[in-house]
Amino acid sequence: MRLSIDIGGTFTDVVLEHDGALTTTKVLTTYDDPASGVMMGVDHVLAQTGAAARDIMLVLHGTTLATNALIERRGAMTGLLTTAGHRDVLEMAFENRFEQYDVNIDRPVPLVPRHLRLGVDERVAVDGTVLRAMSDDEVTGVVGGMVESGVTALAVGFLHSYANPDHERRVREIVETSFPDLNVSLSSDVCPEIREYERLSTTVANAYVKPLMATYLTSLQEQLNDRGIDCQVLLMTSGGGLTTLQTASEYPIRLVESGPAGGAMLAADIARRHGCEEVLSFDMGGTTAKICLIDDGQPLHSRAFEVDRSYRFKKGSGLPVRIPVIEMVEIGAGGGSLAHVDGMKRLHVGPESAGSEPGPACYGRGGEGAAVTDADVVLGKLIAESFAGGQMMLDVEASETAINAAVSGPLQLNLDESAHAIAEIVEENMASAARSHASEWGKLIADRVMIAFGGAAPLHAADLAERLKINEIIVPAGAGVGSALGFLLSPVSFEVVRSYYSKLEALDFGHLEDVFTDMRDEASRVMHQANVTEFTEERQAYMRYVGQGYEVAVTVPDDTDENALKEGFERAYTELYGRIIPNMEIEILSWTLALKGPVPDSLGSDEDVVTDISAGTQTYFHEGKRYEASIVPRDQVETGGHEGPALIVERQTTTVVPPGWTCRCLKDGSLKLTRGDVDG
Amino acid sequence: MDELKIQLAWNRLLAIVEEQAQVLMRTAFSTVVREAGDLSAGVFNTAGDMLAQAVTGTPGHVNSMADAVGKFLAVFPLEQMEPGDVFVTNDPWDGTGHLNDFTVVTPVYQDDRCVGLFASTSHIADVGGRGFGPDANDVYEEGIRIPISKLFAAGEPNVVLLDLLKANVRDPVVAEGDLYSLAACNDAGAVALLEMLEDLGLPNLEEVGDIILSRSKDAMLACIAELSDGEYAYTMHTDGYDEPVTLNAVLKVAGDGISVDFDGTSPASSKGINVPLAYTQAYATFGVRCVVGNDVPNNAGSLGVVNVTAPEGCLLNAKHPRAVSARHSIGQMLPDVVLGCLHQVIPDAVPAEGASCIWNPVFMNGVSREGENVNVDDFVINPIFNGGTGARPGKDGLSTTAFPSGVRTTSTEVNEATSPLVVWRKEYTPGSGGSGAYRGGLGQTIEISHRYGAEFIVSKMFDRIDHPARGRDGAETGAPGAVYVDNEAGEKRYLPGKGRDVVPPGYRLVMQTPGGGGNGESSGRSEVLNEVDKTAGLV
Repeated sequence: MRLSIDIGGTFTDVVLEHDGALTTTKVLTTYDDPASGVMMGVDHVLAQTGAAARDIMLVLHGTTLATNALIERRGAMTGLLTTAGHRDVLEMAFENRFEQYDVNIDRPVPLVPRHLRLGVDERVAVDGTVLRAMSDDEVTGVVGGMVESGVTALAVGFLHSYANPDHERRVREIVETSFPDLNVSLSSDVCPEIREYERLSTTVANAYVKPLMATYLTSLQEQLNDRGIDCQVLLMTSGGGLTTLQTASEYPIRLVESGPAGGAMLAADIARRHGCEEVLSFDMGGTTAKICLIDDGQPLHSRAFEVDRSYRFKKGSGLPVRIPVIEMVEIGAGGGSLAHVDGMKRLHVGPESAGSEPGPACYGRGGEGAAVTDADVVLGKLIAESFAGGQMMLDVEASETAINAAVSGPLQLNLDESAHAIAEIVEENMASAARSHASEWGKLIADRVMIAFGGAAPLHAADLAERLKINEIIVPAGAGVGSALGFLLSPVSFEVVRSYYSKLEALDFGHLEDVFTDMRDEASRVMHQANVTEFTEERQAYMRYVGQGYEVAVTVPDDTDENALKEGFERAYTELYGRIIPNMEIEILSWTLALKGPVPDSLGSDEDVVTDISAGTQTYFHEGKRYEASIVPRDQVETGGHEGPALIVERQTTTVVPPGWTCRCLKDGSLKLTRGDVDG
Repeated sequence: MDELKIQLAWNRLLAIVEEQAQVLMRTAFSTVVREAGDLSAGVFNTAGDMLAQAVTGTPGHVNSMADAVGKFLAVFPLEQMEPGDVFVTNDPWDGTGHLNDFTVVTPVYQDDRCVGLFASTSHIADVGGRGFGPDANDVYEEGIRIPISKLFAAGEPNVVLLDLLKANVRDPVVAEGDLYSLAACNDAGAVALLEMLEDLGLPNLEEVGDIILSRSKDAMLACIAELSDGEYAYTMHTDGYDEPVTLNAVLKVAGDGISVDFDGTSPASSKGINVPLAYTQAYATFGVRCVVGNDVPNNAGSLGVVNVTAPEGCLLNAKHPRAVSARHSIGQMLPDVVLGCLHQVIPDAVPAEGASCIWNPVFMNGVSREGENVNVDDFVINPIFNGGTGARPGKDGLSTTAFPSGVRTTSTEVNEATSPLVVWRKEYTPGSGGSGAYRGGLGQTIEISHRYGAEFIVSKMFDRIDHPARGRDGAETGAPGAVYVDNEAGEKRYLPGKGRDVVPPGYRLVMQTPGGGGNGESSGRSEVLNEVDKTAGLV
């Protein structure tokens, strides 16, 4: 038996996998003591199945707690020890404005205020040579002052420490001796990569959440132990791999975005299971939509992420962190996204969201704005009586009033057209985001298979697919707890990065082998901790033409040489940008090495898809016309299929099958939507 | 036309030009393009009206680019263009104001019918001549100039043109690569545009374009209608090349738009700080647009209601063959002048004067390669440092932040990886923000020396050393900038803000970027803000 737990912003999802079947539950997230919410969910699934706690062999866990602590600035009082003369790196950032035409923007507030960012006299050059030695006494003095000010977490980030970490390591020794209670994060451990702002930002964010996460993880393990669950606990990372408790406590910054990563891993498993080579996963919830491209069962990876994009989810308005992440595009488009018309009669939807309180107007909790969900109600995509399994009766009139006020009046459209326009704009926003994401990565979207999950995705999947020239959609079963399912499908893995700068023609392959050996040692320690004995190794070089600003990730084959790297770079570059630049020198900035355990087998079916909704019909507005759509409970979808227009209803969501689409049920309980006469 | 279709088409055009800009940014070689976003991209109807423009790092291209396509069409009328043609120029008076900026225009065809054009501009690091800097005496000394020409004719590259260009620049591979990047980003835009027309069932951009332009114009006029009609004047002095210059503007608000005239501005300079009119228009327009109707997208409709003029032959309407390479050092000051006028109309929306001109020195090896026990290598780097912005009404200015330019800086570690320089300090300069109820943003102090003690060269285009940013409504000016060399023996020598100097062996170079001006009287500053500044050591 395996247990999977995902703590999200609103709900904590718990999934128990037993005898090839799945039992799931959702409980409210308990912010004050998140572990207690987890334990409620655990008790619930155990009671439901009658299983014994001691039979659980593995616990998998992902949590949004680190992300929330960063967004809400609830982390530890953190100090930054850095190279004298550079204490403002963290605040100067890129010295730019992320919004050109707004003179009132504020730059992201650093996690460490200036009076706690202090320099010591030391200097390492780009090649690792020590230009100025560091004095132990000065370190003790400066750190001592910070501790007196109340600092409990210390980030250490010296210039070029990725090339020579000696000074940072010496600081750790001093702290261990003189200030044993101080929690230390070294930039040469957390993010040994060139570019001081990103490295320090990552290190500081790690230090900031470390004490809190350590406390939480310890408490969780204790409470699990109290229940008799004393098996291993593995944590989900943003890179889509699982890691050990020890590693997670050391590098908690790697836990941000574990929820979305879980969703992507679920989609990747479905892609493999159904033999889909090129997939677009589409996860749409209440506030945001996330789109991820998955080729050959592997989601795109990168090393750049931004936490807390506080200005309309805009790039540059957050704190950059350099960690392994599953690459996806996230935009402010969800069921709660609000519509408004501006002075140029342009209709905008999102990123402002009605959230869950007060929620869309149809929730009847005082929300007056016109949300995407209100448009879905007016268009007849949602069934007022059976929303959330009938727990909440939707107020259709409130939706109508809200849409009339926000859109119909200003744009002189009738109610149906207005609701349709809201849906079209939010779908267009998502389509634009998907297109630009794909073009950024040199990928094509047309003819991919879409895998849709999250509460709002199945409502908009078919319309979005048409925009993107996609003809097949899979809506997996149990999509409401998609992230927790994804954890059960993820391998144990660990990625290590090192900056070793060289022009390609001058690369010392002997030294490179030493660098890789060192990286391999570090990553295999995590594998051993997790009792994983079989694993594969993936190495990548981050390369570019001399003078460029963006690096391209290139796979480094075994027994690599200059030609192999050059060919790999040119292949990757052509895929991204269409052509190479002959005779241009190539340089390499960083290297990564990842060890990866076996990917678990696909899961059994969810016992919980049974619905208590009755079949019938409802009128549904689609592209200028009202249709009579049949209502089909999800557990009654036939393998033979249903022609659209149809609404496939389940507790967590509704799958809209527009005219021209067919829906049928697959063996694993997934729904498959096919456009036109194509029979997939 | 169907309202929904208009909505979708407008959204889509805005997304297409952003994608076009992304492709350019990711493939460009020049530092300021890829790291700093010194580029622009836009889509035009067949009449040459700009319908949408990507929001990128540089207002300098705002409407200089909007006008450029019309200039291309004047030389190569639409009926003479054919599929596969691509056009190019770097003429400062047809493009964006100096030889480094190359503008490439590509007509888009559906079958054999032209449905629109894409244009893009980016900064190519070297165009021959003296190199990027203010020291030339005329534009001929500044490098190669390519009049509006075909880069590709019916899909075939213009080999003669490319060979000529490559023979006249210091880094021909990069120059050619950047031209291909420009062509490629227009191609990406073209593919997306054709797909959009097909998806929406539109025959061309004419009808939807007209609606976009008229709605944008109306929205701008509605914003302008809220301002009191009248004439508002403002004068500012800046350092100039070797003597101070006067920037004088009269801004007129009327029912049909805003006009800005720079009569009374200094005459053209004998050195490379002159500004062609298109670049003057770009930054002056930005000054208006960043506070009036700033949510209206840039297009021919919204830009058309702001009319900028300057007397012929003055510094802000310099004519061929004046030297123009460092035109940004004057141009970036213009929003401060325009905002000074607007302050009299909308005092609650306008920031104080700021450092404004980016400090982007070019560092390179000296003539002597002699270091301490080593011979040093050649290098050239062009980092960007910023001063403080002016205090906003109700908010402090932003410290070390580019404004009006939208560029990003490069990392110290990367600068040290690509040169033998060591940056010993790069930190806020406490007290450099002009005090007031709201304080100006702080400047920074940068200390640099050659790792091996060798001499090196710095080419400077700095301003606000003699004319610091003024505060508004009784606030103080920001600290002036400074640049000097010193050594351990205590010898110290100040350098002028413009031009090329040698940092002698064993010396270090110190640069202090200017602070922003304050806003409102200091007595009105809240105790809380004072405490915050004191704790942080910023004052």
